[in-house]
Amino acid sequence: MDYIDPHIHMVSRTTDDYATLARMGCVAMSEPAFWAGYDRGSVDGFRDYFRQLTDTEPKRAAQYGIQHFTWLCINAKEAENVALSREVIAMIPEFLDCPNVLGIGEIGLNKNTPNEATIFLEHVDLAMKFEQLILIHTPHLEDKYQGTRMILDMLCGDSRVTPDRVLVDHVEEHTIREVLDRGFWAGMTLYPVTKCTPERAVDMIEQTGGERLLANSAGDWGPSKPTAVPDLIFEMRRRGLPESLIRKVVYDNPIEFFSKSKQFTFQRRA
Amino acid sequence: MTPEGKTITERTGDLIIEESFLEVRAKLLEVAATLDRIDRASNETQLSESANEQRALLQQAIEIVRSSSSERATELQHLFSREYKSDWRQTFGL
Repeated sequence: MDYIDPHIHMVSRTTDDYATLARMGCVAMSEPAFWAGYDRGSVDGFRDYFRQLTDTEPKRAAQYGIQHFTWLCINAKEAENVALSREVIAMIPEFLDCPNVLGIGEIGLNKNTPNEATIFLEHVDLAMKFEQLILIHTPHLEDKYQGTRMILDMLCGDSRVTPDRVLVDHVEEHTIREVLDRGFWAGMTLYPVTKCTPERAVDMIEQTGGERLLANSAGDWGPSKPTAVPDLIFEMRRRGLPESLIRKVVYDNPIEFFSKSKQFTFQRRA
Repeated sequence: MTPEGKTITERTGDLIIEESFLEVRAKLLEVAATLDRIDRASNETQLSESANEQRALLQQAIEIVRSSSSERATELQHLFSREYKSDWRQTFGL
């Protein structure tokens, strides 16, 4: 089955991973900007990173027939450096017209601090001024519930934000309902230890019906599995769920959400 | 979710137990063995305050698992979560 991984960090993966993903049915992916494992020291560090996301990775993906899209921001972890964050936010418009850019992301909170919230609001303002989609990172572990509620408060507190133009990622059992009930799209991240297994993700699909719901691997430089979405497909089939529902979650829903960006020029396989 | 509000799975409880019994049994054994290991080590050295708090959280989690709630996973998530306060924006001055 063709599928789309809507959240994967291919800058951290080898070319062999592109080959494996292609063989497993991945036809497109979107890659949000994230933390590199260390704090970058200058706006030029981010400018080079955005060149990698908008130029290098699309070419690497295309060698394997995968269409690569991306999102730009300074992540919540580095938002503690407010001065640098503002320089990066001011620089982002240089890249917004690149053909594979879908919007601003993954923005959000990490430890739910005042500086993180300040920079989050400034990213949202940028997205609204440039009519961009938004991809949200919700915090991990004990910070997730509090941080998700805070993020939803900020989004719902801005009258310019349309919930169905925002994808809230890393939802789990205690956050998914509020995200969907408020009209946002929700992404489940299949990630060892800190997020969600394919089995629990399928439980959530069964309980919510799969409307406005996506699944991703978030494959990155940490313990993660870039082929986690095929694992989800396998678990759904094992439970006897309809192919139409599987396709909705891993293919139709990403296309419907991403199509809200005029730069989503996805070509279906003939 | 169906229009009647039921979940969309058609699998029976019998089937799910048959599929998952050995896996859940193994996970429970891991939990039991880990708690035993903690207790053995604690006989030699007292747990620190923060470790004691985490040990107590695990005990509360076990109580949730033992309960007859139909939302055990959600309740566990809340147990392990920091509290949300709706006036956080005033606190932050935002």
